Formats: sequence, C-alpha cells, structure tokens
Amino acid sequence: MERNTYYDPKDLAKFGNISDWDSELGKSFFEYYGKVFAEGALTEREKSLIALAVSHAVQCPYCIHAYTEDTMAKGCSEEQMMEAIHVAAAIRGGASLVHGTQMMHRFKELNM
Amino acid sequence: MHGQHHKLADNAYQLKVLDTHEVLTKDLEKFDDKLEQIGLFPLKPTSIEIFQVNVGYMCNQTCAHCHVDAGPDRQEIMTKETMQQCLDVLAGADIPLVDITGGAPEMNPHFRWFVEEISKMGRKVMVRCNLTIILANKKYHDLPEFFARHHVEVVSSLPFYNKSRTDAQRGDGVFEDSIKALQMLNDVGYGKAGSDLILNLVYNPSGAFLPGSQVSLETQFKRELKRSYDIDFNSLFCITNMPISRFLDYLIESGHYESYMEKLITAFNPAAAQNVMCRNTISIGWDGYLYDCDFNQMLGLKVNSGAPDHITAWSTTALNNRNIVLNQHCYGCTAGAGSSCGGAVA
Repeated sequence: MERNTYYDPKDLAKFGNISDWDSELGKSFFEYYGKVFAEGALTEREKSLIALAVSHAVQCPYCIHAYTEDTMAKGCSEEQMMEAIHVAAAIRGGASLVHGTQMMHRFKELNM
Repeated sequence: MHGQHHKLADNAYQLKVLDTHEVLTKDLEKFDDKLEQIGLFPLKPTSIEIFQVNVGYMCNQTCAHCHVDAGPDRQEIMTKETMQQCLDVLAGADIPLVDITGGAPEMNPHFRWFVEEISKMGRKVMVRCNLTIILANKKYHDLPEFFARHHVEVVSSLPFYNKSRTDAQRGDGVFEDSIKALQMLNDVGYGKAGSDLILNLVYNPSGAFLPGSQVSLETQFKRELKRSYDIDFNSLFCITNMPISRFLDYLIESGHYESYMEKLITAFNPAAAQNVMCRNTISIGWDGYLYDCDFNQMLGLKVNSGAPDHITAWSTTALNNRNIVLNQHCYGCTAGAGSSCGGAVA
C-alpha cells in the first residue's frame, strides 16, 4: 500500500514492531525504556514532563502525542506542560545564541 | 440526553453501541472472555459491604461526562416509602456502609430524614456531594454543619485543581463554587488534621485518557489546593470515565471511542478485576430496583441469576450467590490500577 505521509498516527501503536527485525536489541531497548521511566530519584511525573520537553526539542510527533497524554494522565496542568516546552525552547534557542560568542571571536579575529 | 431524546438515552441502543459494530469498526475482546481467562467468570460477589442508594437523578449541574445523565430536568426521585424500604432492609442486614448518591442527593426532599435515620442505626453514611449544591440555594448553605452533626463522610468530585479543566467537564463557574464549598467544609472541620470528619475528593480525567497514579495525583492535588486556596482534604479517589451515557456520546462525537476502548482493554489488570466494587456493593435505584453497580443501573441492567431485583424482595443470601451482570463497559473498572467509587483497587 502506498503511503502518502512520512508520519501516520497509527504507527505509534506499532512502536513494538521494531523488535521484529532485531528482537534482542528491541527487547533490550524496551526493558531499558521501562526502567528509565519508572519511579526513581525522580518521580514518574517529573520524568514525563522531561520527556514532553525533549519530545519538542527533538520534534518527534509520536513522542509529543504520547507524552501530552502521559503528562495529562499524571496530573500536569496546561501551565506546567507549556513551561516544560519553554525550557526546551530556551535550551534550543540558547544553544544557537551561545554560538554567537564564536561568531564574535571570529569577527574580531578577522576585523582590523 | 434524556431531555433531548438523544438516541444514547435509550439503554438498548447504548448496549448495542458497546456490543456491536454500530459504531466500532472491529471486534473487541469480550469482557466475559477476559474474566474467563483469569478464572473469574462468572463473577461472584464476596459479600455486601456497601449499600449504595441513588436517591434521584435531579442535579443542579449538567456535567459533560456524567454517567447518570443527571441534570435539573430529571424528575426521577426516590420516594420516602422506598427510603423506608431501604431502612427496613438495613435493619435486618449487617451492612456497615451506606453510600448515598444521585444526581445531587441533597435535592431529594427526604434526604436529611434519610441520613438521620441511617445515622440512628449506627451505620456509616457517605454522601457524594457535588460541592456546588452547598452554594446553589440558601436552604443548602448549612449542609456542612448537617454533615458534621451526623459524621457523614463527604465524597466530592473535583476533576482538576484548576479552573479550565474543571469547568470544561462540570460547567462554567463550577471550579470557583467548588473551592468556596470546600473552604466551608474545612471551616467545620472536614479534611483537617486531627479531625474525624472525612472529606475525600474524586478525580476523573477531563478527556479520553486514563487516570495516572492515585498516590501521585493526590500529592499534587494536596499541594496545589493548599498552596492556592488553603484547602485540606483526606484522600483523592481516582475514577476512570466509563464509556456510557454522556461520556460515551463525547467519545463517539470526538472520534475517540474505539481508541478509548482499546486503551481500556490493553490496560486490563487481573488484580483490579479481583477487587471490582460490584463484588462488595449493591446499588439501589431511585425506584427501588437493585443493580450490581451505579453504571449497570444507568444501563438498566438489573441484578439477575435468580436474585431478587427489587428492594421489597431483598434476600442477602440470594444476592450473595448471584452472578454479576457484565458488559463491555466493565473494562472501565479493570484498567490500570482499577476504578471504583472508592478509587483505585489494585
């Protein structure tokens, strides 16, 4: 069947299928994934908010879909979810801007 | 839906939607089969510990998710005669807890008399108070004092600790009135440290998703309500939205019905199935008919399998030996940590 989009929401439910072509690595990944998100020094809720922020930083539609629902289910408010995304945006924006210092150094090297 | 003659107000149609391809595009595993696989079918009661009485469907609110389809237009109200029949049963049965629900149960004109009579019998009374009723009319303003006098355990819905998600589900202005009512309950001692007046809140998701950890949500609710409004409460009960009545309508209209059912089925938890509330609860309808739970009541699924289906024919032995009536909506009580009128069960 021809697909007319790179991203299909239905594919999220097929995430587990990545094990079909390499069961050992797939199994290891999902075990690791489960342990990462389990309650630890950070709560499951805190980890979910981090995941929501990272989802936006890496701009993964599947992750945004999944972690919007997960943070809602874990009781995060709209304000908390948006603040988490601003953290991602600030880091992404800051990562660009901090390189401005490199530009400034180079400018000064070249300029009379 | 009842007032609008909506097709989902017809129980037969609701059961058809739950059971067939009326809306679903594919077969979903039957709840009966799921219980059979874990050796729980037919599902039998453990004992009757909770006598849950629905004293009427009239309510001052019209919540978007309400499984009762309650509202100001509903006329179904329990009579004093049926209440007396309930009291007669309680007098002869060793059932420790009476859970009074609605609608807004306080709108039943015999509500206070009923609470007083149960209280005299030494039984614990729980009232499912929607909070806003306390502010709805002057005649209800003293409800906190009335509850306190009879040591009523108050259980109140507050779907979220902010206005947007609460009002989206329960109606404009409900959050602010709920906060005021909670403060009034706190003022008479409900939910306060060292007090024996119990105030529990009920959380249910404000959409097509399942509740998260009850412990974690309780911690957040306590922190946010204390910080913003100086409100105290005892416990938070997490309840999963059942795919019936108004919530079913929302699921269908928003295109979430099939995916929501799949979520419930995927999250089926055998430990939750062991502890479902219908095993220790009997639900009495406004007209005295008996049901396994308030959800079955709304679907018109009376107790069967040889047990009496009306309060006037009560038999503890027969009811304890009945087979509980099941359908696809029962997945709502067995998903994740499970769901009951008292919150998570696993």
